[in-house]
Amino acid sequence: MMSTTIVVFLKEILDNLRDRRTLASALLMGPIFGPVLFAFVINLSIERSLSDVERTMELPVIGQQHAPNLVRYLESRNIDIIDGPADAATAIDAVKTGANDVILIIPENFGEQLQDTVPAKLELVSDQANTDAERDARRARGALHAYSQELAAVRLSARGVNPLVLRPLNIDEVDVSTPSGRSAMLLGMMSYFFIFAALMGGMYLAIDTTAGERERGSLEPLLCLPVTRDQLILGKIGATCLFMMLSLSLSLVSFFIALKFMPLEQLGMTPNFSPGVMLAALLLFVPFILLGAAVMTLVASFTKSYREAQTWLSVVLVAPTLPILIVSILTLRPRLEFMFVPSLSQHLLLVDMVKNEPVNSLHVSISVVSTLIFGALLTWICARLYRREGLLG
Amino acid sequence: MIRVDDIHKSFGAVRAVRGVSFNAPDGKVTGLLGPNGAGKSTTLRILYTVLKPDAGTASVDGADVVKDDLKARQRIGALPHGSGLYPHLTARENIAYFARLCGLDKAEIDDRVAEIVRLLEIEDFADRRTKGFSQGQRTKVSLARALVHDPQNVILDEPSNGLDVMATRSLRNLILKLKDAGRCVLFSSHVMQEVAALCDDICIIANGQVAIDDSVDGIRSRTGCDDLEEAFVRAIHLVRPE
Repeated sequence: MMSTTIVVFLKEILDNLRDRRTLASALLMGPIFGPVLFAFVINLSIERSLSDVERTMELPVIGQQHAPNLVRYLESRNIDIIDGPADAATAIDAVKTGANDVILIIPENFGEQLQDTVPAKLELVSDQANTDAERDARRARGALHAYSQELAAVRLSARGVNPLVLRPLNIDEVDVSTPSGRSAMLLGMMSYFFIFAALMGGMYLAIDTTAGERERGSLEPLLCLPVTRDQLILGKIGATCLFMMLSLSLSLVSFFIALKFMPLEQLGMTPNFSPGVMLAALLLFVPFILLGAAVMTLVASFTKSYREAQTWLSVVLVAPTLPILIVSILTLRPRLEFMFVPSLSQHLLLVDMVKNEPVNSLHVSISVVSTLIFGALLTWICARLYRREGLLG
Repeated sequence: MIRVDDIHKSFGAVRAVRGVSFNAPDGKVTGLLGPNGAGKSTTLRILYTVLKPDAGTASVDGADVVKDDLKARQRIGALPHGSGLYPHLTARENIAYFARLCGLDKAEIDDRVAEIVRLLEIEDFADRRTKGFSQGQRTKVSLARALVHDPQNVILDEPSNGLDVMATRSLRNLILKLKDAGRCVLFSSHVMQEVAALCDDICIIANGQVAIDDSVDGIRSRTGCDDLEEAFVRAIHLVRPE
């Protein structure tokens, strides 16, 4: 029994190592496509968060007439100045109740103080406990600081001093406080790429061993041999698993390398991609490989031709995204019942590992065992279907 | 030795085989002759166990093709209709793969493959990948693959399809060699002349039933036709369509 299965397994490996299409999808598509797309999305995210600065915000100002230059300066920074409340007391109430996020009060003597070169007083009313409002407040504060710096620079230049002495540091801050879900989504994308890479690695084998072999006319002679069909299908699924494993490992390695070159810190992400996490991820996804191989073989065995199998298998490629997508959109935390869902459980556990959060060992066991059981069940169904007469079409 | 006893097989509403019986003894060449769609392939597929008969029995060297299918397959070398090869493997690798699956010893395999390659005159292209092989080359490799484990019973489904004159001739010689070695050879064809030149017994099938099962001379005398083609045509009219 074993030796026949091994003969089939080794032949499928040799055969597919010589097939450019299989090799390309296993060694190139999964491992390269993932990191490239990931890098693209990361860069897009960074650009987005940088461009947030340019967004126009409204700033109510009391006493605009006292500082026309400041008002002009703020407007040049894309801050629309609107009329503020009547006085300081109402301004504080407005911020307290949340009617306004931030209000600037310019006292009457602002101009005079500037002229006298004493620190000119400005009041910025904001609620620092309100994180949403804090974003605009910080921007207003930043703009006022910048104005203050500029005035200082002008004063120093007038006295023949290089204004750069006042700027020993040059700090470039990027605000990503709003898109907090973004990093979760990016991580979700990453676990899908691993699933995608694994499936791509075995896709052509799954087709070749079923629809392909039938279309080529090599299935019937094979079935005439003194071997059982179980031995044949197990050898074939085994070879499919090996290629999936190869593709998955390569894609983990390529991510590991690619992430070193991605400015994730700029997005406020400090993911843990140590080799240890990579190895754990590999082990976590191994049960999924058997399941994926069985599902693809099963689907391909129902199709009549290579092309039809390709069409259906591209649906299979997308299917594991659905649970990941739903969980990412709803930003659900790992829960015991999620661990029974293949692809979802791997995703959630991987995200936890990458975020450096403690991983629940019960969750890991459930994920591994349930995915393995699904895989074994589907392999068994594959073998049953391989025994039917209609296999030859 | 192959025995077929009243086998039936339907695919949905199509009754492909309706009670076919015949024997193919060792040391003889038996031809299964019939027009296209007569049920030849279905009968042979039942014999090499990829299809199960709806009714009736068949056996290979005493092994029932349904109950004892693995044992029956051990006694058979089969060339199904339109056999395909693995295009990324060389001819020799294709043959060796089947030898391994037939359970031949490692030491035996190389010798057997070399022998069959010589016997079927495959040497020239034995170490080339089979992608792009001509129909004749493909058939030869498929045949070598089917015979590599030296089976007692050889079942060939339209083996001469697509072969040129030279290839047909070497196929004929091979079949006669197998016969002389005491093998049971059963092959199907729709070409009367080919069957007549080779077969000891001919089983003419039409509409899923046996029209005549006899020697070449027997068929001539029973149909009253000296011309074999005429005899064939007359024989298939003995079977009424459903």
